[in-house]
Amino acid sequence: MSSRADIEVAFKGQLGGFPLDARFAAPGHGITALFGPSGCGKTSVLRCIAGLQRLNGTCRVGGEIWQDENTFLPPHKRRVGYVFQEASLFPHMSVRSNLLYSSHGKVLPPAEGRVGFDEVIDLLGLEHLMARAPQHLSGGERQRVAIGRALLSQPRLLLMDEPLSALDRQTRDEILPFLERLHEALAIPVLYVTHDLFEVERLADELVLMRAGGVIASGPLGAIQSDTSLPLALQREAAVSLDAVVKGFDEQYGLLKLDVLGAVFLVPGRQRLEAGTRLRLRVGAGDVSIALEKPAATSILNVLPARIRSARTVDEREMILVLGLGEDGAGDGLLARITRRSWDVLGLSEGTAIHAQVKSASLASR
Amino acid sequence: MSIVQALSPEIWTAVRLTIELAALTTAILLVVGTPVAWWLARSRAWWKEAVAAIVALPLVLPPTVLGFYLLVTLGPSGPGGALAGLWGARTLAFTFEGLVIGSVVYSLPFVVQPIRNAFEAMGDRPLEVAATLRASPARAFWTVAVPLARPGFLTGAVLGFAHTVGEFGVVLMIGGNVPGETKVLSVAIYDFVETLRWREANILAGGMVVFAFAVILAMTLIEKRMRRAGE
Amino acid sequence: MLMETRVRWGVAGAVMVVCAALAGPAAAGETNVAVAANFTEAAKEIATLFSAETEHQAVLSFGSTGQLYTQITQDAPFEVFLAADDDRPAKAIAEGYGVEGSSFTYAIGKLVLWSSEADLVKDQETLKAGDFQKIAVANPETAPYGTAAVEAMKALGVYDALKNKIVQGNNIAQTYQFVETANAELGFVAKAQLAGNESGSRWEVPGDLYNPIKQDAVLLKKGEANDAARAFVAFLRSPAALAVIEKYGYGVESAN
Repeated sequence: MSSRADIEVAFKGQLGGFPLDARFAAPGHGITALFGPSGCGKTSVLRCIAGLQRLNGTCRVGGEIWQDENTFLPPHKRRVGYVFQEASLFPHMSVRSNLLYSSHGKVLPPAEGRVGFDEVIDLLGLEHLMARAPQHLSGGERQRVAIGRALLSQPRLLLMDEPLSALDRQTRDEILPFLERLHEALAIPVLYVTHDLFEVERLADELVLMRAGGVIASGPLGAIQSDTSLPLALQREAAVSLDAVVKGFDEQYGLLKLDVLGAVFLVPGRQRLEAGTRLRLRVGAGDVSIALEKPAATSILNVLPARIRSARTVDEREMILVLGLGEDGAGDGLLARITRRSWDVLGLSEGTAIHAQVKSASLASR
Repeated sequence: MSIVQALSPEIWTAVRLTIELAALTTAILLVVGTPVAWWLARSRAWWKEAVAAIVALPLVLPPTVLGFYLLVTLGPSGPGGALAGLWGARTLAFTFEGLVIGSVVYSLPFVVQPIRNAFEAMGDRPLEVAATLRASPARAFWTVAVPLARPGFLTGAVLGFAHTVGEFGVVLMIGGNVPGETKVLSVAIYDFVETLRWREANILAGGMVVFAFAVILAMTLIEKRMRRAGE
Repeated sequence: MLMETRVRWGVAGAVMVVCAALAGPAAAGETNVAVAANFTEAAKEIATLFSAETEHQAVLSFGSTGQLYTQITQDAPFEVFLAADDDRPAKAIAEGYGVEGSSFTYAIGKLVLWSSEADLVKDQETLKAGDFQKIAVANPETAPYGTAAVEAMKALGVYDALKNKIVQGNNIAQTYQFVETANAELGFVAKAQLAGNESGSRWEVPGDLYNPIKQDAVLLKKGEANDAARAFVAFLRSPAALAVIEKYGYGVESAN
């Protein structure tokens, strides 16, 4: 079984103008996002893991030692898949040849624990592109081929370096669903470098926060998002991502009923989804307000019982609260940004039972 | 009277010899020049530009300087003489082999430079991609670097060939004008001019002009096509 | 006061400029002389004597006889031509570039069989034995010393035997280089090239084995009206010039 320590990384050294000292562990499944501002060393960490760049340190992946004091495996001996910011397809090869480069042009027969060729083609919708030259693909198509190519190298770890940042918004929205499907379908852990919070909220299971060459926190996404000692929760656009399961669909009003830990959300849904479908829900801190009594008459759909877990003052005007959903406050966490005046007027304190009014929650299919 | 009849067997010997020399020189240069170009493009050694400068020397040095040093190097007191001693000769000068060596040195920058440029233009990325797809450095070189540098190889080969055909000063200085062995086209033309046989000189010189023009034009067109295909 | 000084200097300057302008053409005429490469050192020495004696200047250009001749036919500004043979000066006159009756033999080249190895060259027996791999000869088609060398080998009856050992220098200077670097064990060079050089072994080829290598000079039409050019041609026959020519290993025509 995979454990938290399936991927262990620690690098230390001088990188161009700044010192890098990055150490973190990530689980052997799901998407771990490396998040931080541009130039904080995220990409360098990724390159070190792939062996493309050499700094002192250790790197262990699924029980294999890729680097330690005595070992430095060259990049081609590391079972890694790397998706670069630009697709970087080989321009002198067709899409098919690009996809099959790692297997020397051969389609390997399906086997246990192996990423199947047809599966990848299907997952990324590459069927109609196979004979084309990379020059004749759109930006989004190229990046899909690059992802497929990396997957077909049968990696134990997939590294993605801002794979969407070179694409326009529309293309990015076209690729995101593919990435979400990958996550569902394949058991390969992913380290995903990004400086875009939106991608983190939508894709990540785990989060490694980086700043100026170092790791400031790492852990499950929700825990990091709602840790008010970290800068993320204090940002104006702070939000939590909740994993939800479809429970039902209200045909009359076009509303989805979604189960999260400790609450049921009603969210406008464009189409009917099978009960049991897993979705990701984003709830912004600014979209949550607090009421002591359950309001009798309100247009807000989701008024959910919760308890205040913790509170922190942001500045002289505002506070950020972490709420636990459910009467007992033991469910999923939410963030709520309120004024200090409200905090005082309502006489709130940690542990207070309240009603969280969620003005909006956005859906990301999973 | 056709041109073929107008030219004596002596001239055809020179033409054949020139083509053989240029072809062999080009082949050797591709084999020798590619690793040099690769190293120059990839190495981070601080002294690599010094090596690059040495490779480029023939571009700047007068052929007479090169010819003189080659004469000494190929001769009995140089390594060339030692090599020639293996089969009982005393010098590599005045031989086809000596000419090949001279041409390789002389045309080296014309082959190395375009290939180096092509390797550099390619950047690190394709090789990094290949490495992360489990390709060994050797496989990455043959399946990625070489195909991507194809325009550079083509330019290098064409320039190397053309430049060897056109080479004069070095051949004059180490060749000894031996028919069928070292008397190449450019030397033959020179002799015709010197002996006032201007009709023959004109035919050959005109031929060279047409050849050079065709080479440059073809190269430009091919490069253009390749670039378009690469986009 | 200041004004006065300036005026005085101004006048002095003007006078000097005028003097220079008047004296220039009268005292120091100039002539462009094309010189065959083998005569380079001797020509420089003669030019120095010439300017000391006559106040004229000879500006020397060196090259192979063939090249220089081609340049003359292409309107090069040469006024005197010191060739390495007697063909080109004759041709110059025949084709109208040279002044009729102005050509004469200023030097006679001497052929030497030379090797940079000490005991290799003894006499004609060295050629007959043929105990060597390469023999350097100037291109007989273009270089007079080459023609002479072939004549000498034919006269000795060794040409056919040596034919395949011959390597050609494009000119006599290159032939010398082949021998000096020992790429060829021996070769026919000009005696003038060995002036001041005692190294190796040598045999001066007897004059009766080859036609004399006459180096002719000719006054070119471009120089016909130039005092300096005519003076230089005359100076070549002066005892001082002849002494220099002989010093460099050339023969001179005895009866003149």
